[in-house]
Amino acid sequence: MTDNNGHTGLWAFLRDGVHEILHGGRCYWMWVCFLLVFMTIGFLVYLYQITNGLLVTNMTNQVSWGFYISNFTFLVGVAAAAIMLAVPAYIFDRKDIKDVVLMGDTMAVAAVAMAILFVVVDLGRPDRIWHLIPTIGKFHFPESLLAWDVVVLNGYILLNLGISSYILYQHYHDREPKKSRYFPIVIIAIFWAISIHTVTAFLYSSNSGRPIWNNALLAPRFIASAFASGPAIMAIGLQIIRGMTNYPVSQSVINHLAIVTSIALQVTLFFIGAEIFTEFYNEGEHAASARYLFFGLHGHTALTPWIWTAILLLLIAVTIFMIHRTRNNPILMNTAFVFTVIGIWIEKGMGLVIPGFVPTPIGEIYEYVPSIAEIMITLGIWAFGLLFFTIMAKAALPIQCRYMRQYSDPRHPDACAINSNDAKISRTD
Amino acid sequence: MSNGGPAKMKTDNAKPARRHFLKKLGGLAAAGGVATATHAAWGGHTLSDTFADFFQQHYREMSDIEIRETLERIERKAKNRYGVDIRCKDTAAIEGVLFGYAINVSKCRGYRDCVHACVKENNLSRDTQYIRVLELDRDNLNLHEGDHYYNSDTVPVEGKHYFPMQCMHCDNPPCVKACPVEATWTEPDGIVVVDYDWCIGCRYCMAACPYQARHFNWGYPKLPAEEITTETHYLGNRPRPRGVVEKCHFCIQRTREGRQPACQEACPSGARVFGNLLDPNSEIRYVLENKAVFRLKEDLGTEPKFWYFRDR
Repeated sequence: MTDNNGHTGLWAFLRDGVHEILHGGRCYWMWVCFLLVFMTIGFLVYLYQITNGLLVTNMTNQVSWGFYISNFTFLVGVAAAAIMLAVPAYIFDRKDIKDVVLMGDTMAVAAVAMAILFVVVDLGRPDRIWHLIPTIGKFHFPESLLAWDVVVLNGYILLNLGISSYILYQHYHDREPKKSRYFPIVIIAIFWAISIHTVTAFLYSSNSGRPIWNNALLAPRFIASAFASGPAIMAIGLQIIRGMTNYPVSQSVINHLAIVTSIALQVTLFFIGAEIFTEFYNEGEHAASARYLFFGLHGHTALTPWIWTAILLLLIAVTIFMIHRTRNNPILMNTAFVFTVIGIWIEKGMGLVIPGFVPTPIGEIYEYVPSIAEIMITLGIWAFGLLFFTIMAKAALPIQCRYMRQYSDPRHPDACAINSNDAKISRTD
Repeated sequence: MSNGGPAKMKTDNAKPARRHFLKKLGGLAAAGGVATATHAAWGGHTLSDTFADFFQQHYREMSDIEIRETLERIERKAKNRYGVDIRCKDTAAIEGVLFGYAINVSKCRGYRDCVHACVKENNLSRDTQYIRVLELDRDNLNLHEGDHYYNSDTVPVEGKHYFPMQCMHCDNPPCVKACPVEATWTEPDGIVVVDYDWCIGCRYCMAACPYQARHFNWGYPKLPAEEITTETHYLGNRPRPRGVVEKCHFCIQRTREGRQPACQEACPSGARVFGNLLDPNSEIRYVLENKAVFRLKEDLGTEPKFWYFRDR
């Protein structure tokens, strides 16, 4: 079915992609089913939320954004960090990174898709989402930062889909992608990536009534921590791909990501320190939220253990990354990657969003903990993102492999050899 | 349905007004007839109403016919849901009027009559209050040290003073800027309103408001049918849908018809002064010109049209 005559045109491209997604080994199917279970549960709980309203969450008029928006914020950062592969691959032409850059793009698309879903499940009236469509609805651009976010997130998803599908499509047809075609888009996407996280930071920092958000360091802090968490997730993902398939992921790529994560973590921790100093050296009313986060306010300490756990994890991770011997130890390095992801997820998620609402601008304190429904829906969206990434990678990797083999890449003589049941990465003939 | 008797009486009262309204629209009466026929045929909440709800335009984009149909639909839905005949109007702002509010903090005794009058007048969900009164130590104006839920047997408590807050109707409202779909805006008479049928429920305005003046309908509003205020306004006290933001609207259904807001009327100690800022003879102008007034969080540049002052 996939002889040389067979794979021309868009139809064959899509057909082979779907075929690849539907044919995998036991591990693949177990993983897919595992994710589908969580997606189904998440979807059912979302129906429950639709039926009963956001009442099923633990959000209130005091803490009016919670777990959903926390995850949204974290994921926008992950998406932006795709440029930590795109820049060395496309601008500095690093061949080893070029081999995996499509995975970075795919991860960005998955992360933005999840981020958008987190906003959608947070809406009180998802049935009115069409009000956001310019001309049909009433789009408050450029005044509303949320309108900006809609523009940059959708733009980013299109840019990344465009780049990766063009390159993949060319590879599928054994053609070298034309640099003049994709390079300008890559440049736009790189700047765009910075913009998505900057806009998301401005969404918070523009609120002059909430001092913990309302500072100019927020956007730089967002970018810095994104460049730690994103590469860490990519490093974990690429190593899993390397383990499950024979796709050639060079260790030099992982080392590159470790160094990026290391530098970004150092900057992040410095920024956190600068914030703590400024808030507390002359502590005034403006520091109430920071006090709630770091030390607790009037006996309310729900977030305090979390934020110190996050800072501890990040300190351990940065130490591992900064010492050559520990960084080059695979187990320690991966521990550091995992700690980075968890640490930033806490710091930029609940650790950023919730203190903005506690205390309220007029001094009320309500302690928020996500409800079971919120957690189930959140898990469902994460499962969706992982499934999206999995099937996209499943469809894309064989094309990439065949392309590499075709051109008998001297660096990977054994690239993509078929010897694993879970890695049916050649054509079926 | 338990209150079928009084509701029916109200219907009889409301009908002539409706007819008068339709007649006024002249040529459009025919279209109204069609709508009424559909209504009768489907007997209440219909598929066509559901469709019309879904495709309803932004309030400021609707034609006169669309607005009239929308108002009728709102009345129909209230009848279905609560068994009560309400009248929903969309009285426009009066030219030359800009509303402002001032509170004499030294007169407020903390009775919260304003709070409860507001809940009743504005058909608020019984777990929502537009007005909150803070109890603070005398001469303390630090909001962060106020008690939002004071519950003593008698007020005022010795050594305390009381500080009512509600939407400040900012001249430069951060909430309006924040809304991604223009579901909230400032009316010509200075009232910051919400189109409950356009709000998508993202709650960004709530994050933007420095005065905690916005409230979200997390579930269906808990509104006892027998307590519904039947004279309503589209941008004001009509029964609210679920999943949207709402806020104080200076009792738009009253103030645009020359009446005082419910909170002002309810205050037994005369602490509340509401009126037209553009009228040089109004009481509010007298207060602004002769009292040492202040506003909350002036440093944020929100320019509230809501002042506080003291007698001593």
